[in-house]
Amino acid sequence: MLSGGRGKAGGVKFAATPEEAGRAARGMLAMRINGFPVKQVLVAERLKAEGEFYVGLTIDRASRSVQCVMSAAGGVDIEETSKSAPEKIVTAPVSLAPRAPVVGEGVLMRVFGKKEIATMAADAVAALSRLLYEKDCSLVEVNPYILTRDNKLVAADAKIIIDDNALYKHPDLEALRNSEEYGEGEMAAQRAGLSYVGLDGDIGCMVNGAGLAMATMDLIKLFGGRPANFLDVGGSSNPQKILAAFELLLAGKTVKVICVNIFGGITRCDDIAQGILLAKRQLGIGLPLVVRLTGTNGEKGRAMLADAAIHTQTDMVAAVKKAVELAGAAP
Amino acid sequence: MSILVGRETRVLVQGITGRDGSFHALAMQREGTDVVGGVTPGKGGSQVGTLPVFNTVEEAKAAAGADCSVVFVPAPHASAAIREAADSRIPLIVCITEGIPVLEMVENCQYVNNRGVRLVGPNCPGLATPGACKAGIIPAPVLSKGPVGVMSRSGTLTYEVVARLTAAGLGQSSVVGIGGDPVKGTSFVELLNLFDEDEATEAVVMIGEIGGDDEERAAEYIRHMSKRVVAYVAGKTAPQEKRMGHAGAIISAGRGGVEEKIAVLEDAGVIIVDRPDLVVGALGLR
Repeated sequence: MLSGGRGKAGGVKFAATPEEAGRAARGMLAMRINGFPVKQVLVAERLKAEGEFYVGLTIDRASRSVQCVMSAAGGVDIEETSKSAPEKIVTAPVSLAPRAPVVGEGVLMRVFGKKEIATMAADAVAALSRLLYEKDCSLVEVNPYILTRDNKLVAADAKIIIDDNALYKHPDLEALRNSEEYGEGEMAAQRAGLSYVGLDGDIGCMVNGAGLAMATMDLIKLFGGRPANFLDVGGSSNPQKILAAFELLLAGKTVKVICVNIFGGITRCDDIAQGILLAKRQLGIGLPLVVRLTGTNGEKGRAMLADAAIHTQTDMVAAVKKAVELAGAAP
Repeated sequence: MSILVGRETRVLVQGITGRDGSFHALAMQREGTDVVGGVTPGKGGSQVGTLPVFNTVEEAKAAAGADCSVVFVPAPHASAAIREAADSRIPLIVCITEGIPVLEMVENCQYVNNRGVRLVGPNCPGLATPGACKAGIIPAPVLSKGPVGVMSRSGTLTYEVVARLTAAGLGQSSVVGIGGDPVKGTSFVELLNLFDEDEATEAVVMIGEIGGDDEERAAEYIRHMSKRVVAYVAGKTAPQEKRMGHAGAIISAGRGGVEEKIAVLEDAGVIIVDRPDLVVGALGLR
């Protein structure tokens, strides 16, 4: 299953005989780890580690560059180590210059100590860098990167994050998407091109823009309500997208009230209104609906909804207050 | 005065024949911005409203002159559009497009840097100096001229706050959306520097959000600033990002959470508000 912290959650077991391995696998197949059901067990050779290293390539927002993070203190506690003993972490920018090493030999020597091991690590780092660029990854991480007793480096576990924005270039990778990693709602949202994360509250939110969506959720909480989700319908939203967004919210079993908060910029309020009318016709929308609609083509959008007897507001704070009130009064 | 764009700025629109490009090019023109034309490869010689369309940025620059290019080109071609503008040495490139792969942005930032031009965005609403120039999609009715500098990582949340400033009679010197992507052309720190030196700006509003360390780095600058800074940071109730690898956490070194950001900002003397409608009162300008 695709989750970090597997080992700590009992997702890695050691066995000395095939029978022991069978028993351990049966036990694991009955488990849920970090919320995911275990469906497969990978059996691998147990490595006698002389040392556990960490190698990760990722994007550093501050320096706008790809950085290689390495440590001789790899393993499950690497994040704690980075806080308690930052001197054990070595970070170097990844070089793209042709024929130059991805990371300098001196840097590798500081982490891996011996020259022969540093040379092997250099090849691995070069391969990881190739993977990162060829497959548009935002993270490629090997942890632990094990040094065996016969002086070989072995990648014992790895994590890769593919940049969603680049998936259109890699249809083969898109096909690998694992539906279990996401909830049903999140998968449906992805298919519709929406950004959605389910929570456990009762006020369904539909907002344009991630910042305004988060501000809406924060305000709901501040007024004593509980948001049921994060849902960003994105920029130029066509009516079909709004319809899909309503389908998502109405599928949420805990949702009692739907709060739409749109401040049109590139999004045009008449598109949103058309989507709301479409949803009303096709889905019914049996829940109380609070609609805040303002910005680009706002008057037009509000007039369209007024014609269909859907009440709208122009103020976000008033709309959120109303939604919290309705959720409180709902059975 | 203002920052980045003013009355004299000549604006070019890349991707002008698309749905969003044409709509907003005409809106900018209608609202008084000096829009000189647009670029769509293969559509040179045509027009959008009264605006001439060129095949390349170079042609547009030669024929009409341009100090700023606003990019509406869809994500698969947006990086090429940014680089084309940089090659033509357009001093300010504003990229509205969302969904550009982050590794492309790492290279794009390097590319514009090497050519000595500035990129704002991507995935941003652009910027505006009310009454003079708009290079982007911020709805004109929310804007008004005045003493408040606004910078934000979010598009629509910016409109929310700016509309409230305008309603309260507090106009803006300039409003800049830096964009929501992890790797972007311009950060808060660079804008703070510009606002700090701008005579028309009396106070600054910073609209941040969870993740990254733009706000934390801004705090270091604000510590030495005499102008008042008010900040709202969204994302207190945001679900935790699914944690996969460790490298991001190691590099960010405990930064990025809303509580951490607020603590660092308060320590630097920033006035924090927990609702977008409370920004107006906190500015103390009325």
